[in-house]
Order: sequence, then C-alpha cells, then structure tokens
Amino acid sequence: MIPTAFEYYRPKDLAGVLSILEEHGDDARVMAGGHSLIPMMKLRMADVPHLIDLQDVGGMSDIDVGGDCIRIGAMVTQADIIDNAALAQAAPILREAALQIADPQVRYMGTVGGNIANGDPGNDMPGLMQCLNAAFTVVGTDGQREIPAREFYEAAYMTAREDEEVLTGVTIPLPKGGYAYEKQKRKIGDYATAAAAVMIVKDGGTCVSASIAMTNLSDTPVFSEPAGDALVGTAVNDAALKAAVTAMLGDIDPVDDNRGPVAFKNHVAGVILRRAIERAWSRA
Amino acid sequence: MTKKMHIKLNVNGKDEEFLAEPRELLIYTLRERLNITGPHIGCETSHCGACTVTINGKSVKSCTMFAAQADGSEITTIEGIGGPDQLHPLQEAFKEHHGLQCGYCTPGMITRAVKLLEEIPNPTEEEIRFGMAGNLCRCTGYQNIIKSIQAAAAQMNAAKEAAE
Repeated sequence: MIPTAFEYYRPKDLAGVLSILEEHGDDARVMAGGHSLIPMMKLRMADVPHLIDLQDVGGMSDIDVGGDCIRIGAMVTQADIIDNAALAQAAPILREAALQIADPQVRYMGTVGGNIANGDPGNDMPGLMQCLNAAFTVVGTDGQREIPAREFYEAAYMTAREDEEVLTGVTIPLPKGGYAYEKQKRKIGDYATAAAAVMIVKDGGTCVSASIAMTNLSDTPVFSEPAGDALVGTAVNDAALKAAVTAMLGDIDPVDDNRGPVAFKNHVAGVILRRAIERAWSRA
Repeated sequence: MTKKMHIKLNVNGKDEEFLAEPRELLIYTLRERLNITGPHIGCETSHCGACTVTINGKSVKSCTMFAAQADGSEITTIEGIGGPDQLHPLQEAFKEHHGLQCGYCTPGMITRAVKLLEEIPNPTEEEIRFGMAGNLCRCTGYQNIIKSIQAAAAQMNAAKEAAE
C-alpha cells in the first residue's frame, strides 16, 4: 500500500501552484486534504508524478456569509462546514450533508474543494452544489473564470476544469425555503447508494419552486429539473411526490455494482427522494 | 528515485528530524522510523481508525497522510496520552469497563476519544457513537467502549470541578 515515487511540492501561493501545473501538465495534480487522492495513489490507481500540496496556499480557507451569497474557499473542510454557526444559519443543508460524509477523522481533512473538483460520482458536494445552483471559481494562468455547478460535470472524474486550472472556491446564492439532504449508505464512511438534495420554496400552501439533485446514480451528479418542476404549483401531495420520483427516475442512470443491481438502486433513489422532499416541505 | 525530503515533526513533545521520500506514509514514519508503535495498521484504507493520531489538534488517520504533509506539525500518539505509570482517565476507564478485548483498535480508539471529550466534555451515547464512527472494533460490540468513554468523561468532569 505504498504509492509509486513522486515529487512533492508545497508552494506558498497560487502563482507557485500554477507554474508547477504549467510545467508538468497532467503529470501534476493538486491535493487538498488528500483523502480521495492518497487512497487512489496507494492502490496505484492514480499515478501522480508531481504532487502539489495546497495546504500553505493562503486565502482558500474562509467561509463568508454575505447578504445575497455565500462564499466558501476550496480548502474549507467538512469539519469547518459543520462548526460554522453563520453557515448553519444561512444554509443548513450544507451542515446536514457534511454530517453524512465519511467519518470524523476524514471530515477534519476532507475539503469542499476536493470533494467538488475530484469528479467522483460518489461525492456528496457536487449534487448538493447543483441543487443550490452554485458556481465554482477556477483559476489558471490566463485568469479566473466561474463555472456553474450544473455545467461542471462531464463524466466520472471528468469536469470542465482544465488540467492546469485550480478550483479555488464556490459561490452559492443564499438559499431560500425548506431543505433536506437525505443519503442511504451501507455503513459509515461509505458512498451513497442513493442521495438526494432538495430545496423547496412554499407560498400559501403551494410549492412555488423546487430544486432537486441526486448523487451516485449516474456517472455525474444529476440535477433533475423535471423532478423539481413536478412539484411546482402543487401542495406536494402524494400525486406530486409520485410525479417527482417518476421524473427523477427518467434522469438517473445507475449501474450494477457492489451497492446493488439497477432495479434496487432505482427503488432506493425513489425512497430517498420521497423522504427528502417530505422533509424539505415540512421545513419550508 | 525521487529526492528525499528534510522533514521535521514534533511527536509527543519531542522534536524529530529525518530525511524521507515524499511517498512515506506517516504511519510508517511513526512505527518503523521513530519506533512509536502505539498507532496500529489495521485496514490501511482509511476505514478502521487503528492508526488515528492527533495532528495540530485534529484526529487524523495516519495511513492517509504523507509524512511530508505533516512536516512542521505537532503530533500526539497514544504514547503521549498516558503510560503504565500514569494512565489517562480514558485508559483507566477502558481497563475498568472492559472497553477492549484484543486491544488492537484501542490506541486509535483512545486517541480519538481524547479529542472527542475535548470537543464535547459530556457526550450523550448518540454523540459518542457519532464521534467515534471512524474507529472500528471487531471484539466488543462497542457497548463497553461507550460505557468507558462515559465513565472517563464523568471522572474528568468531576476532577475539573474539584479543581475549580
């Protein structure tokens, strides 16, 4: 369980990171907490000749809750998310999701940026960020750009971030309404068999907007616009719940694996989404 | 072969300096280089928590960190928590309440529990189960581990009150 030899770098600023990325191209990888990358390096499924540790690069560890948006630096850990009172107030769905990621030790190390940028369909933050309509900031030698979460994921481990760019943070419009992050997993520390992120805005007993994203049910997170639309204009009764689940099932594309066959995953996805909608609605 | 790195750690209050390849995992540094064999290698895949140590105030699985990442850090292992001459209240409680059988997971369990009680001095059973979820035990069924942590918490809180 020892990785192939590599060169280790710990630059002090982003310019230092970018120059190493530029020099070594896709032979170089950045690492935040390392709790996705190091296990893959140990299994020799990831070959990283040049490893760039981001821990000394400043300016990526802040959580800023503003009047209309929240800004979270890429190096903010899951433990930081859980402990931040202002964030728990402004966007409690983040805390609810972070508490369901991995275990305490891993949450001290695992970062928001790593969870998002890795592109692993099992990671929880990508679906959550799609539900919240977040935007990701990536920085390269040509400057900075914002990529909507809903356009970031192309396939498993393939994202709109270029090899020589670094994801530095996320911006989330201040969420409104009821929320829920519901996750079914086989055991603590496992990835989801199915997970659902739901935000619902209610006005006078009627759902006026709904946003739904699913995790680990395709090779990317799945933002299901039809599932959200199925709730809008309804009182989120049983018929609406069924319609939302049916719409969601049309958007996911699970595969057989050690978490179960496709029929089981579809079943679990339906159960989880129903629970998430009911909880979000009860909080709306 | 890649260049070796000059790494400095402070482990259980003692400064250590050595040259190591970047790929050296911290658990091997501790066990094989520094002969600190309290932290154990269980699964070696970030699941079991037997390798748990405290690094700059965080509970970390030392099989999932390179020594190079820890360069400049302060590390506490079970050896820095208490020993045969003076057991930590958690060690005493694990002994008293049968919080271990084979003992393989115990150094990681106790190292993590020390940190948990710093964060939550008087935890409920549910908080203990959640806060200890990164440490696996195949012997006890966890019930006596929970009892041990609760007993240690009560003892530590009583000692704190008595001191005030």
